[in-house]
Amino acid sequence: MALLEAEDIKAYYSVRQGYVKAVDDLDLVIEKGITLGLAGESGCGKSTLVNTLMMNVKPPLYLVEGTIVLDGKFISKMDRSTLKKNVWGVLASIVPQSALNALMPTKRILGFVRDVISHHMDISDSEVVSMAEKRFEELNLPVEALSLYPHELSGGMKQRAVIAVSTLLNPKLLIVDEPTSALDVSTQKQVLKMLMDCCSTGITKSMIFVTHDIAVLRQIADSIAIMYAGKIVESGSTEDILHDPEHPYTYCLINAVVTPEPEVRKRGLTSIPGEPPNLLDPPKGCRFHPRCPKVMNICRSTEPVLVEIEGSRLVACHLFPPNT
Amino acid sequence: MPLEVKNLTKVFVVGLFKRKEILAVDGVSFGVKPGEFVSLVGESGSGKTTTAKMILRLLQPASGSIMFEGRDVWGLKGIDELRWYWKNVHGIFQDPYASYNPLHKIDRILYQAFTLMGHSSADRDKMVEEALREVGLRPDDVLGKYPHELSGGQRQRIMVARCYMLKPKLILADEPISMIDASTRAGVLQLFSKLREEYKTSVIFITHDLGLAYYVSDEILIMYRGSIVERGSPDEVIDHPQNSYTQRLIEDVPLLYRKWTGF
Repeated sequence: MALLEAEDIKAYYSVRQGYVKAVDDLDLVIEKGITLGLAGESGCGKSTLVNTLMMNVKPPLYLVEGTIVLDGKFISKMDRSTLKKNVWGVLASIVPQSALNALMPTKRILGFVRDVISHHMDISDSEVVSMAEKRFEELNLPVEALSLYPHELSGGMKQRAVIAVSTLLNPKLLIVDEPTSALDVSTQKQVLKMLMDCCSTGITKSMIFVTHDIAVLRQIADSIAIMYAGKIVESGSTEDILHDPEHPYTYCLINAVVTPEPEVRKRGLTSIPGEPPNLLDPPKGCRFHPRCPKVMNICRSTEPVLVEIEGSRLVACHLFPPNT
Repeated sequence: MPLEVKNLTKVFVVGLFKRKEILAVDGVSFGVKPGEFVSLVGESGSGKTTTAKMILRLLQPASGSIMFEGRDVWGLKGIDELRWYWKNVHGIFQDPYASYNPLHKIDRILYQAFTLMGHSSADRDKMVEEALREVGLRPDDVLGKYPHELSGGQRQRIMVARCYMLKPKLILADEPISMIDASTRAGVLQLFSKLREEYKTSVIFITHDLGLAYYVSDEILIMYRGSIVERGSPDEVIDHPQNSYTQRLIEDVPLLYRKWTGF
């Protein structure tokens, strides 16, 4: 059985002008032992999606429809206090975007460890300390960092400490939201290495990595899902998505990335014309049609559905009609 | 050569009682030819932004010289000479939020450009609108708004639009596309190329993004702890790096078509 199954989820922000459809009619399945990369432009609903998958929904965000099953439990039906006790930190953990800037400045790292553990376990303080030290050693982090304040740590070290604290109770699913976008390349590599260690040592079973940087996903993700305007437009294995993108949006997104490689310089850099749509009133038909280089008549009126084209490859585009 | 930097050094003194000196930039020399795109690449703290600030006359160097079109930049005197410099050398910053006065509308920063140009024609509005369209902004979306009402990418593109109006001879672009979405990056970069073709504008890109440097520049300078450790054409620096720091830096950049070993 899959670790996480989300079906027909709709997560809307309620605002004065109506509903912002940040996640609209989306299905997602995450198998055990898989690292999924979630990519898309800013404002496409990536962060809203991962917060919804954790049931971390607070007004003005509402889960309008859909069911989320995590490790056999219907978490979409649980109330906040049950989630806090039985799900968050234990079954699934999220490291939100810019978590490293949100650490309480007057608390040592060990203080955050105590917060996490006291919520779920009834053990003595010396046991908490030895548990934290053991985990830091396991992940090749200096144990001294535990007794330091957040401002005494470098950005990369802080991010790694945040991840270590979030995975203390071995959550089966770890979600990281843009964990390296503020870091230098060498520190980025250290953080990515540590995330890979979390997966390979079995601390976490599966991981969702949210980023706008597809080159980073190339290094760590088993499969990639591309999101556009609240929907997943294409998903498949990392190799397939990068070498043979089928959806025009995926193709455009990959061509907008520059890395120091001869292939990239040869193919050049292209923009996607236009702007991402306003999710208060998304375009009719395919949401990408106003910007799509391969737009057809049907795209303006009918919304494409995700169809399986080969193996585990899913594409939502009228170029790939169902049942052919 | 429009810009010639020789032995540029900057020392910061920190600490109130126990004074400590930090050598932020240490004997940096380079030149920029007309229409040349040079990238200054390094990690945070390598001194690349400090170098840019000294060229822009925002920070006084401890020693060394900066010559622009044969004149000593730090020896300029009087408002006319300064205005000449401001008109010809333009900066675009990482987060342009700091460049805007939050109490004034966006229009002001665009129309201020006309004061520098000594322009008094009636087609000002048309010029502003044209420049905004060039950077992919709809004039209605940004004109009449305050800086906090715009996104980081929009603020960055407005600085580029201003550049486009002024048509300077040298642009110092500090992480010019870091806040712009991948989908509009190409358009902004094309604008720099257009300025180069039409007005022989030179650009110094200050960035940590080796991919961008490899893609746009004629020459790449790698900075580490205040000094330039390697320089050359993109092919030389990226494909055949000599310096051990450059080699490490290139190894750490995630690539699209190659996977890191040991991961």
